[in-house]
Amino acid sequence: MSNTNDKMPGNLTSIAEVEDAKLAVSTETSKSQSRIVLERFLRHKPAMISAIVLVLITLLAFTSIGYGPIPGWWKQSYLDAGAVVNGGKPTLSLLPTWLGGSGIQIGEHPFGQDSIGKDYFALVMNGTQKSIIIGVVVGLVATAIGAVVGALAGYFRGWIDEALMRITDLFIVIPLLVLAAVLGQIAGRGSSSIILLALMLGLVSWTGMARLVRGDILSLREREFVSAAQAMGSKTSRVIFKHLLPNTIGVIVVNSTFLIAGAILLESSLSFLGFGVQPPESSLGLLISQYQNAFTTRPWLFWWPGMTIVAIALSVNFLGDGLRDAFDPRHSGKRRRRAGLFAMPTRKEKP
Amino acid sequence: MLKFILKRLGSAAGVLLAASLLLYILVINSGDPLGDLRESNAENREYLMQQRTEYMNLEQPWYLRYLTWLTGVSKCFVGACDLGRNINGIEVTDLLANAASSTLRLVLLATVIAAILGIAIGVLTAVRQYSGLDYLVTFLTFLFFSLPVFWAAVLLKEYMAIGYNNWLENPQISLGTSILIGVVAGLVLQMLLAGSLKRRGITFLATAIFVPLLLQYSVWLNFYRFPQMGPAVIIVLTVLLALSATAMSVGLKEKRVLYPALITAVLVLGMYYATFWLLAEPNGWLLLGGAILAVVIPGLIGKLMGGRLSKAAMGVSVTVGLVGAGLTVLDHIFRAWPGFLDLKGRPIATIGSSTANLEGGFWDHFLDNATQLLLPTIVLAIISLASYSRYTRSSMLEVQQQDYIRTARSKGLSERTVIFRHAFRNALIPIATIAAFDFAGLIGGAVVTETVFGWKGMGDLFNTGLHAVDPAPVMAFFLVTGTAAVLFNLLADIVYAILDPRIRV
Repeated sequence: MSNTNDKMPGNLTSIAEVEDAKLAVSTETSKSQSRIVLERFLRHKPAMISAIVLVLITLLAFTSIGYGPIPGWWKQSYLDAGAVVNGGKPTLSLLPTWLGGSGIQIGEHPFGQDSIGKDYFALVMNGTQKSIIIGVVVGLVATAIGAVVGALAGYFRGWIDEALMRITDLFIVIPLLVLAAVLGQIAGRGSSSIILLALMLGLVSWTGMARLVRGDILSLREREFVSAAQAMGSKTSRVIFKHLLPNTIGVIVVNSTFLIAGAILLESSLSFLGFGVQPPESSLGLLISQYQNAFTTRPWLFWWPGMTIVAIALSVNFLGDGLRDAFDPRHSGKRRRRAGLFAMPTRKEKP
Repeated sequence: MLKFILKRLGSAAGVLLAASLLLYILVINSGDPLGDLRESNAENREYLMQQRTEYMNLEQPWYLRYLTWLTGVSKCFVGACDLGRNINGIEVTDLLANAASSTLRLVLLATVIAAILGIAIGVLTAVRQYSGLDYLVTFLTFLFFSLPVFWAAVLLKEYMAIGYNNWLENPQISLGTSILIGVVAGLVLQMLLAGSLKRRGITFLATAIFVPLLLQYSVWLNFYRFPQMGPAVIIVLTVLLALSATAMSVGLKEKRVLYPALITAVLVLGMYYATFWLLAEPNGWLLLGGAILAVVIPGLIGKLMGGRLSKAAMGVSVTVGLVGAGLTVLDHIFRAWPGFLDLKGRPIATIGSSTANLEGGFWDHFLDNATQLLLPTIVLAIISLASYSRYTRSSMLEVQQQDYIRTARSKGLSERTVIFRHAFRNALIPIATIAAFDFAGLIGGAVVTETVFGWKGMGDLFNTGLHAVDPAPVMAFFLVTGTAAVLFNLLADIVYAILDPRIRV
């Protein structure tokens, strides 16, 4: 922009003409809002690394042991017991021989075997699938309910708002873990379907989303574009779903990622307590619960599922952080450094 | 204000009632309470089933059972609670009294620790936004957010409890280890204190040399089995605190603040000798009385000597007095430690909330409770620490962008005054709401922690109750957590309205 003055024609008379000329010469292309957000997100390094990690974990979990009727490339099954080889020690080795390790190899049972000889890699992958499915389903269900409830309450206000917010309070008063445990027990009684459990969890974890969306809608509905839409005779549903909700997309997207991370941790806690996924199916929380006492003798039974949960939850959380920075420019950018809090009282600076 | 409180209380009671009905229906439909007996081969099966049916009023329809429970709860208002009987016919009211006290102790302590540490870390990272420290803390908070509670708890059990107990058998720190600890401590400290490159270097070097020497000296003293402090250390620490607290609040030049603080420090030493024999075998009331005195007397000194700075003087003196009293108590705890180790060879336990049949005096029981509390408190605190520091950080950053902060800076106030007097106080307002939510949430989170650490608290009550499809204990758990949630929310709203004059009720 610094050299635009040189290129401008010299015979301009009004400020408007000058501005127009500047725009005409300027090489910067204008970008749409979504484009700016996307670019900011792509520049966020932790979020990008997390996205790659998450995609890799998902691909590994679903292709290795297959899903449902589709077979995977991993030969062992998580349901078959077998002979315990070498105390069930993991055969995965990443240390080359010239560093004193046993060479880079994957081996028969990279994550080891459990007490009855089941392949632990297959078990952990099965649990990872469960966690990812639960995260996605809970995220979708809770986001949908929360966004609609929040939008209705915020748009209509009055008694609808009052009623919907009291229902939200109802769900907030009962601790989430308690409600989820009771529903998990109900879901686990009839079938061992993971989707049912995920739906139940989604039905109870929408409250935070509803409150946030309501707050946003309450301020948005006073803006001119809403009045304009109403004046042009838009239906109420059109105003809410075409004009208001798209404007809260930042809040919704960011919080649904945190919801997903929360749901994955909630499921693992429930399974740990025995209210979530029931055996013979396995989940990461259930694996930790089964082998927490084997820590001293066979620590890998404890480490693998735990590390997997942490890796998934951490990636999703960082992804959410990246999205928040991308949607809210106030959160990014460098700031001028100031003198520290505990800095010594500075003497007069030398000129 | 009163109208607002009453209105909120009314709607809260309604929500609580509806929630209890919802939860009751869900719990009794979550399974078959007679399931285990139906499959049992016991000879007196019929009798056992009949007995359980009677305990749980199973012959009545569900709404009558709910009404019975509700009537029992409403008797709480006249001081005669009746929360029904559990699946084995034991009165839940008695069970709850024990369970609630151990859980509340755990949750309260964890909340206080998490709030204090979290707010301090949040302020520090906000002041040093985009520094190495900020990135490190941000990463750690995300890690803590993503940790499954039970997994972290098992890790702590393994490395903190069992590892520490093994190490304590013969406490040795090798030279290499102590140098490593010194280097890490130096790196952390230079990050915290920051400043110019030269200052960072000096901080790092001083710490990296001093810490290994200190560690070796403590090993030579056998400090970890026979810790000792003595009056000399206490007076040095309290005087140092008096100086630094004065420097932090108004600066060392203000004698009206400095003198009361120093007088308090001297008083602490006097009280140390005066109460020496009294504190050798104290009781809870004595300690509470001492704590009150440690607030009142320095407060009076500060008020009388402070003049126009009496508020700051009172604050500094009370801090010095409280910390000095704490150090005095710590000295007695140190004295009791070797005797305690004789009674309980492996101090940090992984199971239970207290050791059964422990002999010894007040300090031994105190230390026993403390060592049993340690691990669950750390687990609970770590997780809410993350959210406190995160919220404080964003709240501070928000406040720092306001115009009045720029005004304060431009009129030449020191950075310390700007941060602590102008920014920090206003940043604390939204934290009040978080604290209320967090406390209620932690009671729920205690379910998992108590299961891992084998505490017989409310979480255990809920857990076993729900597994047995037994509504009475589950509802008792809900009654406490739900009431706490409602009350703390109300409290947060009131505090918010008092602290922030922009909010009208």
